[in-house]
Amino acid sequence: MERTRPIGDVLLQVDDISLSFGGVQALSGVSFDIRRHEIRAIIGPNGAGKSSMLNVINGFYHPQQGRITFKGQTRRRMRPHETSSQGIARTFQNIALFRGMSTLDNIMTGRLLKMHRNFLWQALWWGPAEREEIEHREHVERIIDFLEIQSIRKVPVGQLPYGLQKRVELGRALAAEPELLLLDEPMAGMNVEEKEDMCRFILDVNDEFGTTIALIEHDMGVVMDLSDRVVVLDYGRKIADGSPDAVRGDQKVIDAYLGVSH
Amino acid sequence: MIYREAGQFKTTYRADQAVFPILQDRVALLLILLGAYVGIPMFASEYLVVAILIPFLILSMAAIGLNILVGYCGQISLGTGGFMAVGAYAAYNFALRVPELNLIVVFLLAGGATALVGILFGIPSLRIKGFYLAVATLAAQFFLDWLFSRVQWFTNYTPSGSVAAPPIRIFGYYFGSPAERYLLALLLVTIVALVAKNLVRGRIGRSWMAIRDMDIAAEIIGIRPMFAKLSAFAVSSFIIGISGALWAFLHLGAWEPLAFDINRSFNLLFMIIIGGLGSILGCFLGAAFITMVPIALNQIPAMLGVPISTATASHLELMIFGALIVFFLIAEPHGLARLWAVGKQKLRLWPFPH
Ligand SMILES: Nc1ncnc2c1ncn2[C@@H]1O[C@H](COP(=O)(O)OP(=O)(O)OP(=O)(O)O)[C@@H](O)[C@H]1O
Ligand SMILES: [Mg+2]
Repeated sequence: MERTRPIGDVLLQVDDISLSFGGVQALSGVSFDIRRHEIRAIIGPNGAGKSSMLNVINGFYHPQQGRITFKGQTRRRMRPHETSSQGIARTFQNIALFRGMSTLDNIMTGRLLKMHRNFLWQALWWGPAEREEIEHREHVERIIDFLEIQSIRKVPVGQLPYGLQKRVELGRALAAEPELLLLDEPMAGMNVEEKEDMCRFILDVNDEFGTTIALIEHDMGVVMDLSDRVVVLDYGRKIADGSPDAVRGDQKVIDAYLGVSH
Repeated sequence: MIYREAGQFKTTYRADQAVFPILQDRVALLLILLGAYVGIPMFASEYLVVAILIPFLILSMAAIGLNILVGYCGQISLGTGGFMAVGAYAAYNFALRVPELNLIVVFLLAGGATALVGILFGIPSLRIKGFYLAVATLAAQFFLDWLFSRVQWFTNYTPSGSVAAPPIRIFGYYFGSPAERYLLALLLVTIVALVAKNLVRGRIGRSWMAIRDMDIAAEIIGIRPMFAKLSAFAVSSFIIGISGALWAFLHLGAWEPLAFDINRSFNLLFMIIIGGLGSILGCFLGAAFITMVPIALNQIPAMLGVPISTATASHLELMIFGALIVFFLIAEPHGLARLWAVGKQKLRLWPFPH
C-alpha cells in the first residue's frame, strides 16, 4: 500500500495490562504498542477483551495492573475527558451519538475542547463567540464533505439509519483532530456497500490526516486489507502480534477462531 | 404560498446559524415585538396587563430557566418554586438592607444568590439521576419552604410572615403604572430569552445537550460532567431567581412563603412539558397556554351560556393539564414548539404536499 506518511515511532505503549470485573478476567498481562500513522487492528473472538482494551486506553476503565505510555509519557490514572484532551478520540461498538441533536451539532460537539470563548462572550454571541463558532463550523463542514453527509446536516441523528449514524460518529471523533483514533467495530451491521465506504474513509483519514488508528473488526477481509499490524486477543490474553499475513497463518490464532479448547 | 424560503439562499455560515433564518419569521418577530413594546402599553386594558400579561412574561422567564436545566441538560428539578422563593427573598433583603442599591443590581444579586443555592442543590446530580434526583430537588423545595417561613430574619421579623416589595424605582424613574411594570418585565424577559438562546446554540449549550443525550459519550469527547451539570444548575437557577424576584416585586407586591410552594414547581414543569422541552419558544407557548386555560375555562362557558362553578373550572383545569401532559410526554416530548415547527414545515410546502 502506498503511504504518504511513513510509519513512525511508538505513539502508544500498553504494558502488562490486567483488568478484571469481579470474577471475570477481561484482560491479563496484555502488552503491545501502536506506532505513529499506522492502522493497528485488534482482533479476537467474542468476549476476548478487545473493547475492554480500548476502554482502558481512553481512561474509561482503570486496569488493576499495568502501565500506559502515550506520546512518551507514562500516564497516571486518567478520566476519559483527560485522555481526550491529550488527543485520543473514539467511536463505540454500540453507537453513542447524541440522539436529540442534529448531525451538525453532534460533530460540532466533537470540537468542544477546541473552543475557548468564555461564558460571557457566549451569552453575548455577537463578536468573538460568533467568530469562533463560524471558524469551527468551517472545519466541521470539511468533515461533513469528507464523509459525504451534506444532505443530513440538520437531521436529528436519532432519525438516521444505522450506517449513517456510524458515519456521523466517526465524524464527531474526527472533529477533535485526534492523534490516536480508536474505532470499535466501525463496520458491524453494515451492508457491503456501506462497508466499502467506511473502509475508504478509514484509509483516507489515515492517509490524509496522518491519524493513527486502532481498529477492532471482526471481518477478516477488512482487517487484512486495512491494517499494518494486528494484535490478537483471546480470553483476555495476547496470543499473536504481527503483520496480517503472519497472524493469519498462526496456529494459535486459527485454533482460537475455531474454538479449539485450551 | 406566502411562507416560503425559496430564493433565500444562505451563502454564509453566519446566516445559516441565525436564530430566525427565514425572512418571514424575522418579519413576524419584528411585528410581535412592535406589538408587545408599543401596541400593548398603548391599547391593552389594565386587567389584561395586570392579570395576564405580567404573570405570563415572568412565568415565561422562569420556564426558560427551568427548561435549560430539564430540557437542555436533562436534569430533573421539582424545586423551581423554592428557587423562585430564594430570588424573591434575596431581592427583598438586598433592597431592604442596602437601600442605595439600584434595583437592577438587586435583581442580579438575587439571581446570583439563587445560582449559588442552585449549585448547592445540584451537587447530588453528580451522583444520582432521574427519580432520585427528582426526590433530592423535592427535598430542596421543602427545605426552602421551611426556611422562609421559619427563619424570621428573611422576612425581617414581620409578625405575619408576609413581606412587601419596595417601590420599583430604577435610575430615579418610578415604575408605578401597570403598563410601566409590564414594560420592565418585557424588557428583562427579552434580554433573558436572548441570552438563553445564545447559550443553548453555542458551545456550552451543546455540552448540556450532550450530557442530556448520553453522559458517557459526552465525557469521552472531553466534556467534564461536573462542570456541564453544575453550570446548567447555575444558569437555570440564576434565571429562576430573577424571575422569582420579579414575581414578588412586579406581580405580587406583597407575598408569603406560600406563594412559592410546590404547586409553583409543578406548574412550571407543566409549562415546559406542554410548551416543549429543549425549546426557548416553547417556554413562551407553555406559559401562555397555562396562564390562559384557567381564564378561558372561567369565561368561555359563561359566554356560551353554560356557566360553571369555579370549583368545577379548577377541576377541569387539572384534568386538561393532566391529559395534555400525558399526551405530550408520550406523543410529542417537544411539545407545542414542535407542533408549531411541523405546522410551519407543512406551510412551507403548501399547497404541494411534497
Ligand atoms: N463493565 C463490565 N462489567 C463486567 N464485565 C465486563 C464489563 N465489560 C466487559 N466485561 C467482560 O469482559 C470480557 C471482555 O469483554 P469485551 O467487551 O472487552 O469483549 P470484546 O472482545 O469486545 O467482545 P465483542 O467482540 O463481543 O465485542 C467479557 O467477558 C465481558 O463480559
Ligand atoms: Mg467489543
